[in-house]
Amino acid sequence: MSETITLEVLRYHPETDSEPHFRSYTVPYKDEWVVLDALNHIKDNLDATLSYRWSCHMAVCGSCGMMINNEPKLSCHAFLRDYRGGVIRVEPLDHFPIERDLVIVMDSFMDKLSGVKPYLIPKEDRPLAEGEYLQSPAELNTFHRYTQCINCVLCYAACPQIGLNEDFVGPAALALAHRYNLDSRDGGRDARAEVVASNEGVWECTFVGACSQVCPKQVDPAAAIQQIKISASVDWLKNLLTPGGYR
Amino acid sequence: MARSNKPILWLPFAGGGLVAALIMPVLILITGVLVPLGVLHLHYETIAAVAHNPVGKLVLLGALALPAWHAAHRLRMTAHDLGLGGGIFVKAGCYGTAGLLTFTAALALILI
Repeated sequence: MSETITLEVLRYHPETDSEPHFRSYTVPYKDEWVVLDALNHIKDNLDATLSYRWSCHMAVCGSCGMMINNEPKLSCHAFLRDYRGGVIRVEPLDHFPIERDLVIVMDSFMDKLSGVKPYLIPKEDRPLAEGEYLQSPAELNTFHRYTQCINCVLCYAACPQIGLNEDFVGPAALALAHRYNLDSRDGGRDARAEVVASNEGVWECTFVGACSQVCPKQVDPAAAIQQIKISASVDWLKNLLTPGGYR
Repeated sequence: MARSNKPILWLPFAGGGLVAALIMPVLILITGVLVPLGVLHLHYETIAAVAHNPVGKLVLLGALALPAWHAAHRLRMTAHDLGLGGGIFVKAGCYGTAGLLTFTAALALILI
């Protein structure tokens, strides 16, 4: 008989289940399979009622994040071969309500993301005729790594502060705020500071660094947050020393 | 949401982190190892002159007080991470100790 591997998958259908429970599935083992392939095998061959999000199967879309043996991972990025000989426990991402099975409710993250205004707020309003806002490669370099975020929210599942205070703006949203703050074409740092530099913003972070460890795109949100702490502190000092409050 | 006043605690924490990482080990090496072993010879008068100079007093206060604030804030954060909460007792214990150390160091430096 060919080799198999067992997945314990958290199941929850709110209309029939009083609480979430685990269900085991045995699937064929293949060296080149990732956990997402195993879930697709379950869905196609064993249990069509299993719900989970996925799209690209190549760590680009950011939709297949799950807890895999208690670690937040993209299921398209977690090879079965790394769990060979054991049982793979698959659960929805920590710190989010469960919509259904492995699907989480992401509304809180969407609100936090829009709260930090993650878009360019031009420094100067220029007519179209004056052409593009030019940027040097060096200027692009200052924020490029923070543009790599795919909103997979693995960092929210990893962050212990999110677990303690669900209102914390959190790693991905703060890293994206930093991405626009650092952009030479942007003038929105003050507008973002109302959220970013609030008590629920960067100051909730205690620099555990789990967000950067689990990030599949090496965004390093922990670094972004510490850099914001420095600039927010400088702003605070300036405000203290200049009459009339924040610029 | 309003901007936070947390920098009042975070700035001494950040400054203290720098002092604890970069200056403290050197001071410990000099005063705790090299001088007692007789590898390094420092004249009492030279060091006393530093402690008598107003700028020297400020530097010494920074070297002593900032790491205390760093430790206070880090211990409070660790208590928070461990789920012990950020209650008034934790805050008073951490920052109170740092305040006391700062006050004692400042008083000692003034009296020198």
